[in-house]
Amino acid sequence: MHRFPDWSRRTAILLFWLFLWHLASLAVQNQILLVGPLDALKALAVQLASPASWGALWFSFGRISLGFFMAFLAGLLTGSLAFWKPLAGEILEPAIQFMKSVPVASFVILALIWTGAENLSVFISFLVVYPVIHINTLAGLSHADPGLLEMARVFRVPVWRQALSIYRISLYPYLESALKTSLGMGFKSGIAAEVIGVPGGSIGEGLYMAKIYLSTADLFAWTLMIIAVSSVFEKLFLLLLKTIAGNGVPGKEENHAASV
Amino acid sequence: MLLPSDPAFRVTVRNLTKSYGDSLVLDHVSLDLESGCPCCLMAPSGAGKTTLFRILMGLETADSGTIEGLEGRSFSAVFQEDRLLEGYTALQNIRFVTGRWYPAHELTAIIKHLLPEDSLKKPVSEFSGGMKRRTAILRAILAPADIVLMDEPFTGLDPDTKQQAARMINKYTAGKLLLFSTHSQEDAALLGAEILRLDENGGLCSPGI
Repeated sequence: MHRFPDWSRRTAILLFWLFLWHLASLAVQNQILLVGPLDALKALAVQLASPASWGALWFSFGRISLGFFMAFLAGLLTGSLAFWKPLAGEILEPAIQFMKSVPVASFVILALIWTGAENLSVFISFLVVYPVIHINTLAGLSHADPGLLEMARVFRVPVWRQALSIYRISLYPYLESALKTSLGMGFKSGIAAEVIGVPGGSIGEGLYMAKIYLSTADLFAWTLMIIAVSSVFEKLFLLLLKTIAGNGVPGKEENHAASV
Repeated sequence: MLLPSDPAFRVTVRNLTKSYGDSLVLDHVSLDLESGCPCCLMAPSGAGKTTLFRILMGLETADSGTIEGLEGRSFSAVFQEDRLLEGYTALQNIRFVTGRWYPAHELTAIIKHLLPEDSLKKPVSEFSGGMKRRTAILRAILAPADIVLMDEPFTGLDPDTKQQAARMINKYTAGKLLLFSTHSQEDAALLGAEILRLDENGGLCSPGI
């Protein structure tokens, strides 16, 4: 048990790291190698005041989110299909393994050839998120309580009601863990793809320009922006999931994510 | 609302045998069960009561023997474990099997006979073992079914709640085929049931067929 409230402890920890960062920047004494937190915040303030930055944020966030939503729906659909029809799962398995193991950079080059730079982050965030959702959907459905399923069979409970109760409840913790993992991955890889493809008016382009001009302050400012946006998106999406699918799910502490 | 009882029907079990590997669980069991005549299966632990229930419910198949009279019949059950949706309330658990068969207010009124009013809004994960058992009993007796099977339904109930549960079982299974298992003759008497005994090898000792 801690002596201080949760928020004050978290703030103190954050301040500790910011202080350490500040000390490190003072020690390095080189704005290109390591910019201090105050300079990074100044650069962030400049960016927030610029409509172009908001445009870049919207460009990247919109595309990465679109790829994420598409992957979420597709993973849910094909994961369920693989559960109900194992043959379909076997057919999909090589494609899932392929997506898991091929480096994101290879996909980025391929996507540049196929679709051009503009929709690159849609494609990449889809490819990164989809296997995680597919695998966890399959795992969650497979872990439905066999005792409850037998009970439902004896009482002749319609399949749709079983799906909305027994399967939904077993799926929820897996999906929640999968989302926590894949939301961050989707954003990171989407932005990384933009840095390689450099679509005009994107955060990736902003990061690329920061590299060209050796503007570490801008790099940090963009990074802070990405972290903030992806955290808000993650919290909102998890809240949405809880509202839609979390009813009747007993509290679970353990991590359910199937390894991907 | 009590369910309209079907015309009387009979289930006939003949020479039912079941083994798991070398272990003989049921040895040529024969039973005559009739709707409206509750039967109590008494047997030592491990004598095959649960296996017999599972075969009757269609969850397992017998190695040999026949069962007649189950065609088109619907089941409800109290399992050895409660098998409840832990995050759901008692009402939601019952609604899971009954659907909209009962109006919510009527179902709530029935539930209050066996569960305290302040528990109705809680998920069953917060219930005591006895309250969970009573929820499982309510679910079984309120489900629209011809055959009600109860595997040691009174486990974990104190004498008072056992009496209340027995009254509810008698009321809501009238006219249905009720088969339950217990270790206690008093439980059998509470439900006015005929006693059938399985010996430790899963053979029926009384009454003879």
